[in-house]
Amino acid sequence: MRTTIILKTASNYLLPVLLVFSVFILLRGHYLPGGGFVGGLIASIAFILHSFANGLEKTKELLIVHPGFLLPVGLAISFMAGLAPVIFFDMPFMTGLWSHDTVAILGSVGSALFFDIGVYLVVNGVTLTIIFTISESA
Amino acid sequence: MRQTDLLSMLTAILTGFIFSILLVFVGRFFKGKLSILASIVPLGLFLYFFQFITPIANDEIITRSFEWIPSFGVDLGFKLDGLSLLFSLMITGIGFLVFAYTSSYLKGHEYLDRFYGYLSAFMGAMLGLVLSDNMITLFVFWELTSISSFFLIGFNNTNPASRKSAMTALGITGIGGLLLLASALLLNNITGTYSISEMLSMSEAIRGNEFYAVAVFLLFGAAFTKSAQFPFHFWLPGAMKAPTPVSTYLHSATMVKAGIYLLMRFTPVLGGENIWNYTLIIVGGITMLYSAIHTLFRTDLKGILAYSTISALGILVFLIGLGTEEAFLAAAVFIIVHALYKATLFLVTGIIDHQTHTRDITRLAGLNKIMLPVGIAGILAAISSAGIPPTIGFIGKELTYEATYHSDTIIIISMIAIVLTKILLLYAGFVAGIKPFTGKLPDEHQEVKAPDPIMWIPPVLLATLGLVFGIAPFLVEGALIKPVVTALGGNASEIHLALWHGFNTIFILSLITIGVGTALYFLLKPSEKLVAAAARYNAISPENILNLINKGFVQFSSFWTNFFQNGYLRNYISIIILFLVVIVGYIMIGNTRFVIDYNSLSKITVYEITTTLILIAGIFYTVFTESRLAAVAAMGVVGLSICLIFVFYSAPDLAMTQFSIDTLTVILFVLVLYKLPKYLKLSDYKTRVRDGVLSSIFGLIITVLALEVLSEPVSKQVGEFYAANSYVEAHGKNVVNVILVDFRGADTLIEISVLSIAAVGVFGLMKLRLKMRDRKRYADVSLDKENKEQ
Repeated sequence: MRTTIILKTASNYLLPVLLVFSVFILLRGHYLPGGGFVGGLIASIAFILHSFANGLEKTKELLIVHPGFLLPVGLAISFMAGLAPVIFFDMPFMTGLWSHDTVAILGSVGSALFFDIGVYLVVNGVTLTIIFTISESA
Repeated sequence: MRQTDLLSMLTAILTGFIFSILLVFVGRFFKGKLSILASIVPLGLFLYFFQFITPIANDEIITRSFEWIPSFGVDLGFKLDGLSLLFSLMITGIGFLVFAYTSSYLKGHEYLDRFYGYLSAFMGAMLGLVLSDNMITLFVFWELTSISSFFLIGFNNTNPASRKSAMTALGITGIGGLLLLASALLLNNITGTYSISEMLSMSEAIRGNEFYAVAVFLLFGAAFTKSAQFPFHFWLPGAMKAPTPVSTYLHSATMVKAGIYLLMRFTPVLGGENIWNYTLIIVGGITMLYSAIHTLFRTDLKGILAYSTISALGILVFLIGLGTEEAFLAAAVFIIVHALYKATLFLVTGIIDHQTHTRDITRLAGLNKIMLPVGIAGILAAISSAGIPPTIGFIGKELTYEATYHSDTIIIISMIAIVLTKILLLYAGFVAGIKPFTGKLPDEHQEVKAPDPIMWIPPVLLATLGLVFGIAPFLVEGALIKPVVTALGGNASEIHLALWHGFNTIFILSLITIGVGTALYFLLKPSEKLVAAAARYNAISPENILNLINKGFVQFSSFWTNFFQNGYLRNYISIIILFLVVIVGYIMIGNTRFVIDYNSLSKITVYEITTTLILIAGIFYTVFTESRLAAVAAMGVVGLSICLIFVFYSAPDLAMTQFSIDTLTVILFVLVLYKLPKYLKLSDYKTRVRDGVLSSIFGLIITVLALEVLSEPVSKQVGEFYAANSYVEAHGKNVVNVILVDFRGADTLIEISVLSIAAVGVFGLMKLRLKMRDRKRYADVSLDKENKEQ
């Protein structure tokens, strides 16, 4: 695939911007449109755009670990977010826990946020794993 | 009931399984010289069961019960009566000898530990089978014996014939096991219990039930398949592919008698009706004569023994069918007789095979010069099998004749059948036990070495027992025979076993049997010609017919599968959509009102019209373009238009997600299509029209469905609940996201798990293919190198 110098240069700047945007979408999800699912998709689109411009190998180097590793990590975070009330407060699985004080920018922080972070990682991992695997074999 | 007793019974049954599992870890210690130590397990069990002889002989019945699944009436109920004790002693006693024998027979075998593992698992299963008082437990152990038998028959797993035999045996006995389960369920339905002891008291009610015949035939199905009755007998000769210790243990002395055990166990519950008796007499009669005749046409020693075993099982079924006390007595004695002589003959055959590497009877003679003790065992067993005094075989045969003679049904046919069978069995016994040890030693066997004592002691011991029990029948009379007859519902007090019964009709028949059989042995020599003569009728043998049915079944199912699952994604989608169209369309035709409430619809805006036009253009472009890439791009346009519509109707979350997904889908498509030729006629005109019609109908149905939903009064309760509680309970203002991560968070958790599994699946599939391609590429490279070097 031949890529233009414009896309190549742009993608280097777009990757961090898109990633920040995806985190933004993830964090605002609780109050405004957004969330872990769509955030994860945007993050993976950012990486895929980078791989189109610079080649798959470069993107993989950037990622350090294989995107497949995001799956167990994300699942574990989500599961632990659900398990936390059971372990610490003897409440039913997936009960929402909330901090009393609000945090700057985020507002009130709760277990749902960690759950959403897990979703974000899993979705990102799934998309990248599938697309990387297929584009490697194509 | 003492607690220790309670535990010891369960321990005894589980010992085989525990030892089998232990062998996985410590198996390597039992491969070498220590392998003989494995036989301590069955010996210990034998001694354990031996101590029950006295209480059982005093008409005691020992029952133990553990709760297992009380809600279904399934418990681990065990019952030790005369019948169970006889089988338990046979299983552990012959088991001990076979374990010891194996240590020499398979000395140095790579998988000897595995072999012991299977054998002891089988022993445990068999003990559980004969001790179970609960039909479900009985079924479980029944299937376990089939499974362990499968592993043992297929022990030489590099041999295709051996694998095939194992599959056949598992298939036949497995089906039988399912029939047993069906019978258990039916009997449970009639009596309300799975306990066999409790069914005993309800015998009258069961026999009067309209489903009695069905229950009986299901039970027969199980017994006949396991005990190799005609026409299910053919798996047993095939099972002879197993190493000889297995044939001895499973396929002559114990497992094949499980069917007999089942029939005996249920005689007091289900027996006594004509349908029970006549079926058993006819099936047993056909089996015993049919397979006895078969022994004439065999030259493989194990083949001869296999058919004579089937014949003996037929005799037992026949005797149970006669249903008189005399017949039960004869059956009880014959079980002991057969176990003793047939196990001996199998062990002897194993020794011959092990030392001379042939089982072809036409090439065997004069081996007594090399292995005299083995010869003595063989000849003793042959005499017992022939029913010549003073062996216990003689008593068994006399009792069999007497029982047949005194039965009140079709005496003449039965008499002829049983005498003919006995004559042929005498011939078979002589061929297997005497022929290899008489005459002149052939030149090819001059160098044959004598076997290990560990190998010849077990058959000599068994053969001697046959003689001892014949001379002193009182040794088994009170201890084993009487309790069995009692367990079958007979009156055992009058029984008195003796060699000499007086000079009567029975004795004359015995003389005739021995005379004719011996004459047959000297006149008829086993030869290849006879084998070939029998092979001509193979086409109509039950085995062949079953194979044909089997083949037809496989052909039909592969046709069926190929029709629906032909590997083309477009076909799957067509079938799924067609199915939906037919089902949903059928329901809708009668129930749709086709009323559109125009008042409930919002006004159409200019943005919507424009978007819809773009959408329609995109669809047409997708359908009519000749380029795959252009079609994919146009699909993207369709997807984005739908996103816009979501935005118009205030579903920003949905629109965002759909937007990202659509982008990724296009990327995926492009990646896959990138390698395919750019321009190609994708499908012909006919297919396109067909697909077009199908998808139009589908679209129409979905549209009508959507309009129908609109005209229904919608319950807004759920939506209102989420909207009201989203901020109060879950601190979130975005209801959609709160539903995803909080209200229905568990769903999301499972969804992301499914997504992960899908990703792992894609990764596995693609990488596997890559590796294979790499391997091929490397292979090609190395081939090139070789070519260049040459």
